[in-house]
Amino acid sequence: MTTPTTPILDSKCPTGPMSERWSKHRFELKLVNPANKRKFHVLVVGTGLAGASAAASLAELGYKVTVLCIHDTPRRAHSIAAQGGINGAKNYPNDGDSVRRLFYDTVKGGDYRARESNVHRLAEVSTSIIDQCVAQGVPFAREYGGLLDNRSFGGAQVSRTFYARGQTGQQLLLGAYQSMMRQVGLGKITLHARREMLDLVVVDGVARGVIARELTTGAIERYAADAVLLATGGYGNVFFLSTNAKFSNTTAIWRAHKRGALFGNPCFTQIHPTCIPVSGSYQSKLTLMSESLRNDGRVWVPKSKGDRRSPDLIPEAERDYYLERIYPSFGNLVPRDIASRRAKEMADAGRGVGESGMAVYLDFRDAIARDGAARIRERYGNLFQMYERITADDPYKVPMRIYPAVHYTMGGLWVDYNLESTIPGLFVLGEANFSDHGANRLGASALMQGLADGYFVIPATIGSHFAGRKLGAVSTDHPSFAAAERDVQGRVGKLLSIDGKRSADDFHRELGLVMWNQCGMARSEKGLKSALATIRGLRAEFWQNLRVLGSGEELNRELEKAGRVADFIELAELMVIDAEHRRESCGGHFREESQTPEGEALRDDANYAYVAAWQHAGDGPAMSWNLHKEPLTFEEVKLTQRSYK
Amino acid sequence: MSGGHDNHGGLNLTLHVWRQKNREAEGHFETYSLHGISEHCSFLEMLDQLNEQLLREGREPVAFDHDCREGICGSCSLVINGQAHGPDRETATCQLHMRRFHDGETIYIEPFRAKAFPIVRDLVCDRSAFDRIIARGGFVSVNTGSPQDANAIPIPKENADLAMDAAACIGCGACVAACPNAAAMLFVGAKISHLSLLPQGQPERRRRVLAMVEQMDKEGFGNCGNIYECEAACPKGISVENIARLNKEYLGASLTARPEKESAGGF
Ligand SMILES: Cc1cc2nc3c(=O)[nH]c(=O)nc-3n(C[C@H](O)[C@H](O)[C@H](O)COP(=O)(O)OP(=O)(O)OC[C@H]3O[C@@H](n4cnc5c(N)ncnc54)[C@H](O)[C@@H]3O)c2cc1C
Ligand code: SF4
Ligand code: FES
Repeated sequence: MTTPTTPILDSKCPTGPMSERWSKHRFELKLVNPANKRKFHVLVVGTGLAGASAAASLAELGYKVTVLCIHDTPRRAHSIAAQGGINGAKNYPNDGDSVRRLFYDTVKGGDYRARESNVHRLAEVSTSIIDQCVAQGVPFAREYGGLLDNRSFGGAQVSRTFYARGQTGQQLLLGAYQSMMRQVGLGKITLHARREMLDLVVVDGVARGVIARELTTGAIERYAADAVLLATGGYGNVFFLSTNAKFSNTTAIWRAHKRGALFGNPCFTQIHPTCIPVSGSYQSKLTLMSESLRNDGRVWVPKSKGDRRSPDLIPEAERDYYLERIYPSFGNLVPRDIASRRAKEMADAGRGVGESGMAVYLDFRDAIARDGAARIRERYGNLFQMYERITADDPYKVPMRIYPAVHYTMGGLWVDYNLESTIPGLFVLGEANFSDHGANRLGASALMQGLADGYFVIPATIGSHFAGRKLGAVSTDHPSFAAAERDVQGRVGKLLSIDGKRSADDFHRELGLVMWNQCGMARSEKGLKSALATIRGLRAEFWQNLRVLGSGEELNRELEKAGRVADFIELAELMVIDAEHRRESCGGHFREESQTPEGEALRDDANYAYVAAWQHAGDGPAMSWNLHKEPLTFEEVKLTQRSYK
Repeated sequence: MSGGHDNHGGLNLTLHVWRQKNREAEGHFETYSLHGISEHCSFLEMLDQLNEQLLREGREPVAFDHDCREGICGSCSLVINGQAHGPDRETATCQLHMRRFHDGETIYIEPFRAKAFPIVRDLVCDRSAFDRIIARGGFVSVNTGSPQDANAIPIPKENADLAMDAAACIGCGACVAACPNAAAMLFVGAKISHLSLLPQGQPERRRRVLAMVEQMDKEGFGNCGNIYECEAACPKGISVENIARLNKEYLGASLTARPEKESAGGF
């Protein structure tokens, strides 16, 4: 089932000195004559940072752009929720940062599972992103002298993170959204709100449009274009409980995958260490507390098992500041995966806190004593408020309770250096692609990547598609559109007709639990095998026992959810297969069979220094895929085992 | 099946929920009883449980807008017991928790209502009027390219902070829903303030305010009567100072307005 076949992956990475590759590549890319640009029609799906920035930039260049947005307005896209900040190698604080250092940190942080060329480009354009956002009026935090403030974030040893209070994603997205709306006002972008893409249309091997559903009337619509850009975000919601917004889903990329786009590293998931713990079975999503909190908060659990005393009654000597103990040089700022795994270990060992025991403390007592409550309020005021609102505890007085939660997916559709998938004309941007973050993403680097893809990469690389290929005119009357529309109608009709007993959410919760337990932070062959069987069984039951009421010709949230869950179940199968085949610990995931004697993650470069790109090969009770491997070579950064001790 | 004494440690509630099939249909309240709701769950999680119950009973679930469920996307939009976003100050519907309600309580749940926000279904309304206002001028006209270095324009921290206060608006429309005149002054004032407080916003300052106000009027939003219900309902604490700033900007721009040659196509 997973036998390697002939390589069809050409990364198109430029060669030569690393720091010149991007400019060399841009020079070598074919240009589209300015007068011709308006003849090319680009369809952008998703209006998060990647989609909005791409749509605005391409329209500014003169392309004809159509945008599909799942919400009532593009400003609500999931990126809006990012809190902590965005990296940029500006070196304003003069603390030793540089493009090279950001490049190096990202390759290393990703545990050597990303392409060096891509990462270097990302680090290069990071500085232009900050300039661009400031020019748009993004109100980044400033110092009294009027210059931009920076902070260190998530384990970085330099301060390269720009932020706008705890609402960095919101402000960056509003900047991109406003630029996009300017183009809408100018008539250069046609915006269709409340549209969900349900399938990709491929004509003669080239992506030429999509099928979407108008969510308020249920109308199934056809959109034709000369290029399709998917910027539909990550698939963390496969776990049901995650920090992602409720609409975030995999359908767009999953349908493209089933039309032939290869899926890269599907099992690479990031679990964020500082989220508010689950409080009950009604829990619908999890709330992240920005990890900037770890700059000042100290993580601890009681030294003895089952210590149920209230935290203020536990004396200093009976507290275990386990991160500071195990990792003296990084302390509370160890990377996300380590902080997450250690927290779970503490809870599994019976030393967790709170009602459920599935939490650890994040304590600000010492920081408040040191800096004063006012200073802490200035830094984290809105986060503390958010925490209190949800839990009814006041973190100025009582330590926060935190626990890891699924946060981000490094996996996604495989793309080459031009961000083009294995389907020509289908480009994938932002979290939806398999990304430059390798097996683990650094904090504050997703916003950077989304905007790099949208503002700076795609405007340059899309030209190679238009100038380099002969694209005949294709209208929505083409038989491929009719066929794809029939498929969509068939699926919608089937979901409505099952008339079973269980809701889509009910299936989704069960799926999420299997994934969290067996394909989350720590994975084992045994667990993954059992997960695979459970997931296949769940899929079979789903198609026999789902209940969706109402019709397809109206706003029908249960129908929407059911479609997404159907795709999540299929994706879960691939994630588990990918996790099972990768018998190494690396980046965000820990493979129990692959660890050092001290219990740290053990990477296996000899066997797994590649991107696993999966090609869908067939449906059935057990779905099948072919595995293609893109070998990763490291010319600039020396492979080392991560050590944060 | 009215709320009884079978309180297994949770809240028993009577809900009156606005049901409306689509834009054209007449709407009405329907009454539901819900039992054993944990006080720790959020208001929307309470509605999730209502929907699960309706689904089990073979009745169509209630449609409502939501996405982030953490008070930042601006999707959620309920009027709860007559108050946009419910009883808590500076709290969006999705951040409201059931500990705010008591056992046996009756809760009325309606959509945001305003002429400019037509109801799409049940509790979902159409707020695209806000997008059209932004498209007329709620931006800085700068193309992607290579602008000057980000630190080339120092901005006093006080101004940056004030701009950020205004930019925190989530575009939810509660200000409109709460206003007896369904005015959009707080929303528009917040964007005008954000951009006019910053040097980047200066070149287009006059055009911006004139165009955005013109669009606001076109969309059918009402006039501000200085009642300040908007500020009270706003989940982000956007201050009515922003309305004052909008009025000042508008007055200044109107006094010095020149007929704009290229404005016909809308910018
Ligand atoms: C709570 C939280 C905090 C974060 N904080 C940070 C941070 O501080 N710094 C950082 O760098 N990163 C952060 N991240 C990660 C970062 O926010 C995301 O990775 C990034 O915003 C993704 O941007 P995007 O444009 O790729 O996709 P998104 O912003 O997810 O946008 C994609 C949009 O497409 C929509 N969509 C999905 N499917 C379809 C379809 N079929 N049809 C139409 N539309 C569809 C989705 O609903 C979504 O709104 C955070 C993430 C979370 C969850
Ligand atoms: S001003 Fe406040 S109430 Fe009005 S849209 Fe903005 S956040 Fe919502
Ligand atoms: S659901 Fe996003 S603000 Fe309430």
